[in-house]
Formats: sequence, structure tokens, C-alpha cells
Amino acid sequence: MNTIPKDLKYTKSHEWIRFIDETTVEIGITDFAQHALGDIVFVNLPQEGDSVAIMDVLADVESVKAVSDIYSPVAGTVIEINAELLDAPELLNKEPYEAWIVRIKDVEEIEETLDSEVYEKLTAEEA
Amino acid sequence: MELMTPLFDIHRTSGGKIVPFAGYLLPVQYEEGLIFEHNAVRTKGGLFDVSHMGEVTFTGKDALTNVQKLLTNDCESMKVGQVRYSLMCNEDGGIVDDLLVYKLSEEAYMLVINAANRKKDVDWIKAHIAGEVDFRDVSDEFAQIALQGPKAQSIMISIGAKEELPEKYYCFKEKASVAGIPCLISRTGYTGEDGFEFYCSPSDAATLWQKLLEAGREFGLIPCGLGARDTLRLEAGMPLYGHEMTDAITPFEADLGAFVKMEKADFIGKGALLKGGIPKRMRVGLSLLDRGIARENSSIFCTNKEIGVVTSGTFAPYLGSAIAMALLDKYYATVGTVVEIDVRGKRLRAKVVKLPFYKRGQKV
Repeated sequence: MNTIPKDLKYTKSHEWIRFIDETTVEIGITDFAQHALGDIVFVNLPQEGDSVAIMDVLADVESVKAVSDIYSPVAGTVIEINAELLDAPELLNKEPYEAWIVRIKDVEEIEETLDSEVYEKLTAEEA
Repeated sequence: MELMTPLFDIHRTSGGKIVPFAGYLLPVQYEEGLIFEHNAVRTKGGLFDVSHMGEVTFTGKDALTNVQKLLTNDCESMKVGQVRYSLMCNEDGGIVDDLLVYKLSEEAYMLVINAANRKKDVDWIKAHIAGEVDFRDVSDEFAQIALQGPKAQSIMISIGAKEELPEKYYCFKEKASVAGIPCLISRTGYTGEDGFEFYCSPSDAATLWQKLLEAGREFGLIPCGLGARDTLRLEAGMPLYGHEMTDAITPFEADLGAFVKMEKADFIGKGALLKGGIPKRMRVGLSLLDRGIARENSSIFCTNKEIGVVTSGTFAPYLGSAIAMALLDKYYATVGTVVEIDVRGKRLRAKVVKLPFYKRGQKV
């Protein structure tokens, strides 16, 4: 297992959030999440310009064995999608903390997030 | 409570992700992951613990008579050392189980049955046997290991077991040995590749597993889990009990008519199958045209009419695309027909294709 980066925030549903500036974030899924899913073969992404609310389904990732929705931990507007994932979904398995899924700007609201220590404890309990 | 196979400790210590399956704790995958394991079997070799499979034997003067009455395929023409695939039907023509028949001698047959059906099969058989026959459930006396892939034969030669190998597909040698371990070796499998299945004493299973892995290392042999077993059989177009076959699905509906010999004397289910005539639905292969995977139980539509249901669906790792098997209204079951599958509220298009999706030696 990769170590859990200290500079990111986490959700209980295993998304990570990286702040690019105060109102712009990148969202991805954690190493724990990709491990639980297994080999990821499809990713469905939102459209650039979509506005999202907290807990909206942002994207879904599908592995050979299961499909899982990715929930938005923030409210804002999708400014960029990682289109590379459409052709290379396995990047989510290989580099979970590099392979961001979407970038969201104008973040107004954010769900309660966990810092790395708390998230690490959570995954230790679930494992 | 789940049972453990004799290889449980090995799976756990070698990084197997353990899940309950058919009453047993078995590895669904190892650390390399399902796709890697799947492709290893297609290109090199994979080793599977299939000890959960059940084995039952019929011995005595009336062994053949009983097997003939219980099974849809014709076992009369079998020679000692041959294996034959068959179905066992109920009175309505529904499938009780699908199985392999091993002819051990003129008066002894072994059936290899699905773990999940073991109790049901044993009860069914006991209720229908007659005459001079000793029927026994010997499942707990055997561990079973499957070595599958194009390198299987080379691995067996390198382990020094060349003389022990059955030469033809669907044949077996009962009193064989591998690395000094006595076992029955059969040239069978559930992956669409060449390969061998070994039936040995549970106390020898761990040693046999390790010896095979050691001999296979230079050929790229790796241990594989249930996940790859399922995607491999699906890619090879092989049906799985509980999915493409159930007590309410007939062999003709499951497109397994080749294993039903209507011309042989009476067998259980024959009357109903005769009366049933041409089935209204049929097992087909589907190739997804849109992105996504159609999972089991997804409904299939043509415009707004529901015309069938997905029985198994996955991403086929070797083909690199999503495939499914389905029971489809016969009217739509023609190769080339485009249907729509409801997947989590979205309609994905899929095309009816010829089975199998993958055939050994076929270039992708």
C-alpha cells in the first residue's frame, strides 16, 4: 500500500481533495479505494462546465468486478476533466494520488473532510 | 461457517484476497490483480485451487445404468480413461447441475460437480438411484488443483511427468504421479486453454501446489484466483451454474443441446424436453458497443419491449472489451442483432455475437 499523502484532505467515501488554490480543487480516489475496486477498466466523467453540489455523483469508476460512484465533496464548477483516464483508466490503480479525476473551481462549500492521520485510522479499521 | 481448502494457509500467506465462495474461503485474486492473472493464463500459465469442487462415485454392476438415467449425455460409448461433459436434469427438463463424468472402470464412474450444488446433487442422486450400485460422496477425500495455459504441457515435462500426461483433451490417467505425489491427472479445464487438473489427497495438496509453482516459475506460471477463473470461462463462452443454468433453465435454452442425447433410452427430464419443443429463449453472447459493463440480472430491451436478461457480464481482459452472456427471446437471438441493456438506469447498446468470444489460438 502507498503511504497516505499528508498534504491532501480525505472523505469517508475514499475520495481525496487537493487544494490548488483557495477555491480550486482536484479530486481523485485513494489507494484504499482503488485497492478495494481492483483493476479499473472504465471511467465515466462529467462535462466541463457542469456545476456540482456536495454529494452529487461526479463520475463513476468501473472495475472488472464492481462499479462505484465518485461523490463530489465540494460545491463548485467542473473546469477540467482528466480525459487521459478515458483511455488509460488503469492509472487510477497505478498512481491513485497522481491520477486526478476532475478539477473544480469556484468552490463555495466543502463537506467535512478528514486529514491524513484520521483517514489512515479509518482505513485501518475498514481493512 | 465457511470451509477452508487444504491450500488456505498458502493463499493467505502468498497475498491472496480471500472471499467466501460456495461455502469455502478462497482467493478471488492475488497481488498482481485479476487482469494480470487472466492474461497469464492466456499467454503462459495459471494455477488454481479448485478443491471446493465436489466428487461423487458410482460403483457396481448397475453404475452405468444409473449414470445413463441421471445424465443427459450418452456415457455408454465412453472408454475407461475418458471424460465427458454432461448435464443432470430434473423432471421438468431444468438443469440440476452441469458436471464432468470420469469413466474409472467398466463398473465405476466419478462425477465432478459444482460445490454450490453438492448437497442438492447428492440428495437428488440418492433419491433416484436403483439396483446394484454403491453411491458415495467422496468430495472430502480430494483436493483439486488446475494448471491452465499454453505452457501447461511444458511445465509438466519440466517437472518430469511427461509419461503421466493424458495425451488427448478430455482424457485422464487415474494412477499417475507428479513430483512423487500420487494423483489423478485429467486434461480438462474451465479457461478455454490447454491444461491439466489434478485430484490428490488433501494432505498432499500443499506440496503439489508448491512443486508446480516452482517448476512453472521459469515459464511465467502464477497462482490465480476465482476472479480470473470467472473472466476466463466467460471469455471462452463457458456457462456457469447459477447464471446461465438453473433448475428452471433447460439445456436447449442454455444452448447446450450438444450434450443432450435425445436418441438414448430414457433419462430424467427427457419427456419434458421432448414436450417443450423449440425453446422460446436462448443463451447468447453479447458484445457491448457502448462504454460500461452489463452485469448479471440487467434487463435487455428492444425499444421498450423487455426481451431478456443478462446472466453473466464482465470486462474481458484478453479481448479488451466488455462482454456478456444473456438469455434472450429467440426472435432476437440472431448474430448481429443490436439490443439495449439497462445498466444502472442507462441504456447501453450491445450486439449479439457468436460464442465463444475467445477460442484458443485465435489472434486478437
